[in-house]
Amino acid sequence: MLTGFIALYIFMLAAFTGYEIIGRVPSILHTPLMSGSNFVHGIVVVGALFALLNATSVLEQVIGFFGVLLGAGNAAGGYVVTERMLQMFKSSDKKKA
Amino acid sequence: MNPTLIIDASFLAAAFLFIYGLKRMSSPVTAASGIRVAGLGMLIAVLASFLYVFNVSEAALPHRTVNVILAAVALILGLGWAWTSGKKVEMTAMPQMVALYNGMGGGAAAAIGAVELFRTGEAHEVVPLVVTVIGSLIGAISLSGSLIAWAKLDGRINGTWRISGQQLLNGTFFVATLALGLYIALVAHGHAPVALTAAFFIGALIFGVLMTMPIGGADMPVVISLYNAFTGLAVGFEGFVLQNPALMIAGMVVGSAGTLLTLLMAKAMNRSVSNVIFSNFGATGDEEQGEIKGSMKPVDAGDAGINMRYSSKVIIAPGYGLAVAQAQHKLYEFVKLLQDQGVEVKFAIHPVAGRMPGHMNVLLAEAGVPYDIIYDMEDINGEFKEADVAIVIGANDTVNPAARTNKSSPIYGMPILNVDQAKQVYVVKRGQGKGYSGVENELFFADNTNMVYGDAQKVMVAMIQAVKSLDGGH
Repeated sequence: MLTGFIALYIFMLAAFTGYEIIGRVPSILHTPLMSGSNFVHGIVVVGALFALLNATSVLEQVIGFFGVLLGAGNAAGGYVVTERMLQMFKSSDKKKA
Repeated sequence: MNPTLIIDASFLAAAFLFIYGLKRMSSPVTAASGIRVAGLGMLIAVLASFLYVFNVSEAALPHRTVNVILAAVALILGLGWAWTSGKKVEMTAMPQMVALYNGMGGGAAAAIGAVELFRTGEAHEVVPLVVTVIGSLIGAISLSGSLIAWAKLDGRINGTWRISGQQLLNGTFFVATLALGLYIALVAHGHAPVALTAAFFIGALIFGVLMTMPIGGADMPVVISLYNAFTGLAVGFEGFVLQNPALMIAGMVVGSAGTLLTLLMAKAMNRSVSNVIFSNFGATGDEEQGEIKGSMKPVDAGDAGINMRYSSKVIIAPGYGLAVAQAQHKLYEFVKLLQDQGVEVKFAIHPVAGRMPGHMNVLLAEAGVPYDIIYDMEDINGEFKEADVAIVIGANDTVNPAARTNKSSPIYGMPILNVDQAKQVYVVKRGQGKGYSGVENELFFADNTNMVYGDAQKVMVAMIQAVKSLDGGH
């Protein structure tokens, strides 16, 4: 069981991690990185799956269904567009890889 | 093996892969592998979470089969739709697509909160309840706000929607919704009537709409980035409620990274985030413009192309208009011709070129332009003095010298590309219209500026032909 303080430690360290990762990014990557971080919070689909699998009423099932649907869209869509964008970044040193 | 152990280990692996993947995404050399690393983490986490089936609560046991089927159907539908839409979206439409996917994530976080809050049969503790309510509030705002942002960028909603006393209305609405949420958590202890909980969610959704409607299209990138951070926070909070560290870590990493990215974007536009959200940019645009001396001098595209062929240094300042005309491929073809003749060519990118910071880099990358001849504004602004030609294609406000000198201009103070310092400036432009901010551009009237009128793609074709015919059989 994650008590309040352990949760706060996790939040604090994760917040610093996010700040440090983005802080040094060149601005040419801002768009793919926004899209990439958008993909990462698609992990919410896992929480929605948990909620849906534990649903006990029709109302919970309906909401859980939409939760999983939306979360899956976030994760899959975020991945596809980020990968497409990053694929295109090439340096002039290398011939087409 | 114990399913809980597998689930926990998978989530730990996912959290590591997310952070490592994001780290790799922060350099252009390793970026493409970074998203695959993060994608692997997602795959592991989603597959492992199906093991929840073995650990469902006693009350949910009778519904297990139905729930599993529902979960599989929802996953396949969501994944299938997003995968196909993401594969075919145009690069120019990327900002609104990111907004749409982001809103979906916010909606999913709100849905997790809703399931918790509607489950009135169980006993709830106070702290998780408050966190659930706040996560739901943020997630729902992100959902409806992102949808409005998407609709605006996609041209489905035009213009801004403002009424007098709007900020008071929005403020009141927000406080009322928050109060309702806290009532559900603190007074009703999670046993509030369904109607009340529903009202809370509807209130949060409406607030997202109210908050986003007055914001103009030019500011939308900052707003999308803000909602990206919102969704991250909402996911982190709901992760705490579900006692899932992977959600907590991923959500909070994105929450803080997104916040920083929002601040960086706002700074690039020389505005504060609160200024973007609460002030009405562009509303004061047409007061006094002041007289601009000189006249616009048109020039033939072919002549401009030949002039560049005999220059030694050319700097290109592209804007969104280039991408709208789908001229980036022709532009790069022209650039390669110039390079073959020994001309030094560089691209100068304003931080807000395109519809999102870094968007122009993506559009140029799509055309095959290598990223090492593309320069950020700070790195290249000193070089315009030495350039024989600066060519502006489809950009306007980002090269307007009024931002440096004219205090009454709405774009005053925004850093700009110093194209006016080049010996010769060409501006490729469809017509004589104004920029996104509605401001007249002094640059077009300057003595060293010539206008090349026409569709950017046709202009590039004309330049290519002129240079090719000059060099005969090459």
